[in-house]
Amino acid sequence: MNPSTPSAEAVATSSAPGVQAHPPPPARRLNYLNHDTSVKSWFLTLDHKRIGVIWLGLMVMAFSTGGFFALILRTKLLHPGPYLISAQEYNRMFTLHGVVMVFFFLIPVIPGIFGNFLLPLMLGAKDVAFPKLNLMSVYLYVTGLSFALWGMIHGGADTGWTFYTPYSTTTPSEVTPILFGVFLSGLGSIVTGLNFIVTIHTMRAPGLNWMKLPLFTWSIYATSIIQVLATPVIGMVLLMVAFERTFGWGIFDPARGGDPILFQHLFWFYSHPAVYIMVLPSMAVVSEVVACYSRNRPYGYKVIAYSSLGIAFVGFLTWGHHMFVSGQSTFDAGVFGFLSMLVGIFSAAKIFSWVGTMYKGSVEFSTPLFYIFGFFFLFVFGGMTGVAIATLSLDIPWHGTYFIVAHFHFIMVGATLMAFLAGLHYWFPLMFGRTYSERWSLAAAIMALVGFVGTFFSQFLVGNEGMPRRYYEYAERFQSLNVASTMFAYLLAIGLMLALLVLLIALFTGEKVEHNPWGSAGFEWLAACPPIAENFEGQPVVAEESDPYAYKVDVEVPHGS
Amino acid sequence: MAAEAVAATGHGAETGPGHPKLAHHYESLERQAHANRFGVWVFLGSESLLFAVLFASYAQYRDINASAFALASRHLNLLLGTFNTLLLISSSFTVALATYYIKKNNKKAVLTLIAVSMLMGIGFIVIKGFEWTADFNEGALPGRFFHLEGVPFQGGNLFFTCYFLLTGLHGAHVVIGLVLLTWAALRVQHNTASASYDLPVEIAGLYWHLVDLIWIFLYPLLYLV
Amino acid sequence: MTNQPNFALSPADDWMRQMLFLPPRASTFSADIDHLHYFVIGTTMLVATGIFLAAMLLYVKYQRKPGVPRREVPHHPPMWFELSIIVVPLSLFLLWFFMGFRTFIQMETPPADSMDVYVMAKKWMWKFAYQGGPNAINTLRVPAGRDVRLLMTSRDVIHSFYVPELRVKQDVVPGRTSQLWFNANRLGTYDIFCTEYCGTGHSTMRGRIEVMDPAEFDTWVSAQRQGIALRQDMGGPVDPDELGAITMVQLGKKVASDQECFKCHTIDGSAHIGPTWLGLYHRNERLTNGTEILVDEAYLTKSMMDPMADIVMGYAPVMPTYQGKITAPQTAAIVEYIKSLEDDRIAQAPNPGPAYEPINTLR
Repeated sequence: MNPSTPSAEAVATSSAPGVQAHPPPPARRLNYLNHDTSVKSWFLTLDHKRIGVIWLGLMVMAFSTGGFFALILRTKLLHPGPYLISAQEYNRMFTLHGVVMVFFFLIPVIPGIFGNFLLPLMLGAKDVAFPKLNLMSVYLYVTGLSFALWGMIHGGADTGWTFYTPYSTTTPSEVTPILFGVFLSGLGSIVTGLNFIVTIHTMRAPGLNWMKLPLFTWSIYATSIIQVLATPVIGMVLLMVAFERTFGWGIFDPARGGDPILFQHLFWFYSHPAVYIMVLPSMAVVSEVVACYSRNRPYGYKVIAYSSLGIAFVGFLTWGHHMFVSGQSTFDAGVFGFLSMLVGIFSAAKIFSWVGTMYKGSVEFSTPLFYIFGFFFLFVFGGMTGVAIATLSLDIPWHGTYFIVAHFHFIMVGATLMAFLAGLHYWFPLMFGRTYSERWSLAAAIMALVGFVGTFFSQFLVGNEGMPRRYYEYAERFQSLNVASTMFAYLLAIGLMLALLVLLIALFTGEKVEHNPWGSAGFEWLAACPPIAENFEGQPVVAEESDPYAYKVDVEVPHGS
Repeated sequence: MAAEAVAATGHGAETGPGHPKLAHHYESLERQAHANRFGVWVFLGSESLLFAVLFASYAQYRDINASAFALASRHLNLLLGTFNTLLLISSSFTVALATYYIKKNNKKAVLTLIAVSMLMGIGFIVIKGFEWTADFNEGALPGRFFHLEGVPFQGGNLFFTCYFLLTGLHGAHVVIGLVLLTWAALRVQHNTASASYDLPVEIAGLYWHLVDLIWIFLYPLLYLV
Repeated sequence: MTNQPNFALSPADDWMRQMLFLPPRASTFSADIDHLHYFVIGTTMLVATGIFLAAMLLYVKYQRKPGVPRREVPHHPPMWFELSIIVVPLSLFLLWFFMGFRTFIQMETPPADSMDVYVMAKKWMWKFAYQGGPNAINTLRVPAGRDVRLLMTSRDVIHSFYVPELRVKQDVVPGRTSQLWFNANRLGTYDIFCTEYCGTGHSTMRGRIEVMDPAEFDTWVSAQRQGIALRQDMGGPVDPDELGAITMVQLGKKVASDQECFKCHTIDGSAHIGPTWLGLYHRNERLTNGTEILVDEAYLTKSMMDPMADIVMGYAPVMPTYQGKITAPQTAAIVEYIKSLEDDRIAQAPNPGPAYEPINTLR
């Protein structure tokens, strides 16, 4: 690929040559961040990179909100009886924790930040296919979040993020604004997915065929397909619940012949693929980070690429495994159980490929790679407990207990969040032109990892013991594991806050880098750090022999170990 | 900066008033058109799934309440429903003709055909309005408001819940389709859509066809039970 | 307590059980489930650790050494590798599926001669009723070593019946009946937890299941039923809070008689001042305002509390209200009594399950 040489465009400060009223400021290279610093240029930006940065800010806000609720919940759970907050407040908080974390953080986080920032760079394009729709996506999200916050301030829903009927259609808590907020955010999710699909299909640089695409792109592509096809379903279903609440239409009301189980089917038809919307992008990040720090081609490119599509497809067929004890027929349960086993194979194949990427590579340790190591353990453990839960008879005692809670937190936090942090540290120099303190970021990562494992491993065990989820009060015998979980949760929180702090400090005072500090062969690194507004000078063309994992011989990597 | 971009892409001749605008991040009009067209197809896929939810709910409830659904369906105005179906199918035909004529650059034919299609679409909405009014008066209403004579409450109320959700969502999409047709007509009028760049007409046409297709599923399920 | 079977687990089994914090085993399902649990979770831990160690090993072996050049050796995964990473996990997962599904089918298929107990869940309590009596609130007594089937429904929202020691769970859904069966083989008292979020009282909606020696259970049941007979013979008014001592149907008849309902309502189908109670339950009635309703628990209850609201067409508005005159349990008992008055002549439509009055949320 013909790289764009990061030309040092000095900023001319005076119009009349030779006349200098003031001493010229140091030559500052124009990039996407500083070429126009007006408020309007940010609020109405059509630049995919700026939009990615905006998403980063929004995601930090959303995660902090959801995390704040989580800490309060865990603090309450130190005691088995009433403590700190009332039962109603607790119920509302776990609902909001779930709603914010699932719909307003996990679904948009990696596609919104990295998908937006990186996709055009990786494809050699100037922007995504529909920049205006891209901005609209952000505003849909913000509007949706505002509705949800408004609902929260007025007490908040207490239905759980799963909104099961008839409880959700009859509870007097503030459900409708939150439903509407999720609906709008979902609309934004569809728009983003549509944007990415079209971008990947139509805006690849000349010479960039599908089998040369970075694996990140493949995973984002699969994610976008799910977003486009599954999200309308949840949108419609939540709208139906809102209708029933507002107008009393009784769609899911047994007294009027409605079927609460129909709601569950429709809800999970989206929400199971939704977990793949959350995890596929994390896999996207893992592929890139592992390849870069191993300086090696991913072991089994096609396996990783096609398994993403496999997950997207088979993921649509397994929703009934959330309903094994809901009252579907034994036959249906068997079918869903069987299909659920198949979907796990794709992830298994990927793990072997990622680990194998280090084979005959040249591996440099770094914070991003540390997060990936954590990912390896946690994703396999979390994923296989998922297979365990899908084993029908085992689900009967586990369903609705903390075992399930632990399983999905292992995947959501242990896998997705860890991958996100890996990606954030990896692409930080590209996004902001600076590096961070390796020592402190590693310290934060260790704290977060230890905290995480302690928090949620305890929850596997207390689930085994029989403690149901969404419990304000619990039987005394569950207390010791709850206390352990809470203590580690504080550690996790501190680790994450430290990680954020390290990056914030680096944003302003970190050592500046101009170009590809990691020596990655990824196409996105051919742009400058940070990139210019148009990404590249002229139109990049992909040569026959180049690809994003073309690591040849060892070179001196500028950013030393 | 903009001038540089245009020069770099090398086709200043096609931009300017009266010609479709090339967005800055595309290097050619063909690529822009291709991307837009592709995007519309993806969007239509998304829309189909929106309706799929309601179809699934309908299927489930009809399975449980087969006879009540049949009884309730009798109370719909079959004549108006059939006429509406013919209207919509005809309007799809005229829209298809419009996409044909735009390729021949026959501006007058295109505008006429779009106008006719829109009139039929408006007619559809008006007739729907009459149907709904009749339903309100008869008591054929969703959920707890249901009080139609001769149809059992259980099953009857669900039929009309499904009916109003389906036709309501569909009607909203007809309105969106009308807006898109207006937009396409305006583009044709101002010569920013023509044989060389027929995308607006094509997009409006595709959307209209989807709306029609959804109705073709709705009609037998609701009226011909 | 005589003849308690020997439940000693093998030391290894019990050690595993305790390491995994699994509760004691109290049903015939528990051992199967626990053993599959060990297999699956054990494999999970091994594989996750193994993969992590493999990653560590590869890292150590291929660590970057500055100044040491490395030449890229293009390599593709050999076919045996690609096949095995698909075949081995798939075989394992499918093996688990078959083992789990087999037990699952057993758990979902109650034996034909199970003892039935009716369970009604509502916010936030459990009500149990044995065929032929007695009834109980929150405490379920079952005989050890016998198949017991629970037929469950909810009065309001979805709940879920769960006993960790028995390893059984099933959602309890309004508008339909779900079932769950078990054979408890360990004496003791265990918690019943509600495992589907149902509101403020979800975490306190706890019950107790007492697994009794079968002989003692039989004695208890017959004593309960004798108590009913004894009290009826003695003729005195029955304390309505003694729901554990009398069937709801019998109580309902008693209360209806005491409250002089039979002055206006017959139970043999003949017309009188009010609609006859024979075949009343689940009849479609037309009201004076022209609407048609299905007579269900909600309607019957409402008729007693607010009789002027929904009057059946053709009847005069003369029924007094019983609000404050009869307690909630007595009202429910009358409803149960009316339900028991089935008319054989009327073709019964398939029972769609109990309906309920939806809670009005429009504030």
